[in-house]
Amino acid sequence: MKQTFAEKLLGLKAGKREVRAGEIVTVRPDKLLTHDNTAPILEKIAPELAEFGPAFPDRHVIVLDHVIPADTEKDAAAHQAVRRYVGRYGLRHFFDIGVGVCHQVMVERGLALPGELIVGSDSHTCTYGALGAFATGIDRTEAAALILTGETWLKVPESIRIELHGALPPAVGAKDLILTLIGRLGADGANYQCVEFHGDIHALTIDDRLTVANMGVEMGAKAAVFPVDNLTREYLQAHGAPPGSYQPLWADEEAEYAERLEVDLSTIVPVAARPHTVDNVVPVEELEGTPINQFLLGTCTNGRASDFEIAAAILKGKRIAPHTRLLLLPASRMVLQESLASGAMAVLIEAGGVLLPPGCGPCLGAHQGALAPGERCLSTSNRNFKGRMGCAAAEIFLASPATVAASAVHGSIRDPRKELST
Amino acid sequence: MSKVWCYGDDINTDMLFPGKYTYSCSKPEQILPHLLEDLDPQFAREVRPGDILLAGRNFGCGSSREQPVVGLKAAGVAAVVAKSFARIFYRAAINQGLLLVECPAAVEAYQPGDKVEIDLAGGQITVGEAAFAFPPLPLEILAIRDAGGLLPYARLKLRQRARQDSNLQPAD
Repeated sequence: MKQTFAEKLLGLKAGKREVRAGEIVTVRPDKLLTHDNTAPILEKIAPELAEFGPAFPDRHVIVLDHVIPADTEKDAAAHQAVRRYVGRYGLRHFFDIGVGVCHQVMVERGLALPGELIVGSDSHTCTYGALGAFATGIDRTEAAALILTGETWLKVPESIRIELHGALPPAVGAKDLILTLIGRLGADGANYQCVEFHGDIHALTIDDRLTVANMGVEMGAKAAVFPVDNLTREYLQAHGAPPGSYQPLWADEEAEYAERLEVDLSTIVPVAARPHTVDNVVPVEELEGTPINQFLLGTCTNGRASDFEIAAAILKGKRIAPHTRLLLLPASRMVLQESLASGAMAVLIEAGGVLLPPGCGPCLGAHQGALAPGERCLSTSNRNFKGRMGCAAAEIFLASPATVAASAVHGSIRDPRKELST
Repeated sequence: MSKVWCYGDDINTDMLFPGKYTYSCSKPEQILPHLLEDLDPQFAREVRPGDILLAGRNFGCGSSREQPVVGLKAAGVAAVVAKSFARIFYRAAINQGLLLVECPAAVEAYQPGDKVEIDLAGGQITVGEAAFAFPPLPLEILAIRDAGGLLPYARLKLRQRARQDSNLQPAD
């Protein structure tokens, strides 16, 4: 039988010759990721941990990123509890505050590999599909059970096959592509399913693929995956994972899909998601002139060096509009160092940007960069839900780094194609 | 009589439990006052054990935070009936033992004032005078439910493994 990526990978992990969509399998994930929520996770299983210890401490990756540096005594105590756990059981993969957002840390430290099954107590765990891993989000309770037993159940998902053709036009980014897809499929268009990208994937850089896979969950997807090519191998080599340290696998050409889509990349235009759902997508052209109070450039969706570079190309020698603010949120320390070395970060700070520590910060409204009632934010992040940035009476629009930079110059939404051509 | 709380499509986790509280509230008593805060401020004050939530498509989409499920379970909500559920929310409900019923026809049929009753064993939901069947849960999921949720299930497995290991030790 011909198999999809999900069928092949989950069959392998379940130790079965063949599994089909709809089947429930018991699997031992290759990696478990948890972040600041490790503290409440550990609290749930304190007596069992004392008696049995963790089942697979070497597969557990912990990154402190959500509220960093600690905002309150309570956050500080939670971080302290995590550090104690790491010390007690000698966890190898622990990244303290400032290293970066967990999803960027996983990929740039060579911890998310092709052919691996990775689960994480964060919905954007699907990001590592960019490198050919089957990666999906779980809740805290499931992470707790995994720490104890090392195994969980998964339903083998049906798959959607998206065939890419051509290349993106100038000033149009991977964010425009994924927002366009979510707008077309809907916020639940891929619910319970695995989205496979086929065709001209070489037209997308690894940064582009990370942006696309990161937002798979915004259309409900269990996983969003790209095949491994030369770009993937080069990226992994540069990040500590040489060929031979992983085993890529991919769907059979004749596999069965629930749905097939074709996308001509050359037809994609700058788009934005309006409040309060990610599938509320329209061309940026239709929103031009909408006043914005705060701009957020960064996050695990669009906080990589290439994102800051395109923003710097637009903002070079310019200032952000008066009475607006531009927050810069690099996805990791490595990204920050690279953006400092390239000069992009200096341009953005010169333009009026405020640099935040590499972490999740304002994206989820837990601290830093909250909005006031009646305010609007244009953000490169992945969610625009009501209340997401700390205030239910504020509005969030999502767009690409180029659109955010172009709009910051004007203090209102602006098509980036006009800024880059002048 | 139990109340039926009705909501629309794409009710996300930020509406069910705002992100600004996710790292300061984890326990049921901390979660309850903020439950559905940005969706329906009345809910937290007036919800009673046995109440039912009725919603459209993609209920629980967004973050992996489990506080919405922990909160609804702690409030004594008997079930959430929706046209569909987002997958992480669906898993979280299994893990906490909160009953979810995916039945678009039942949601469509509901009229204000209708009594909603759920027969889990029979796989049937009654809305007013009309009855609708919903598919039974797979055996693997029922095992977790029967254990009282995922953590009690994991504890059972740990004890079983420990017993098997001690049986394998040579007697001397």
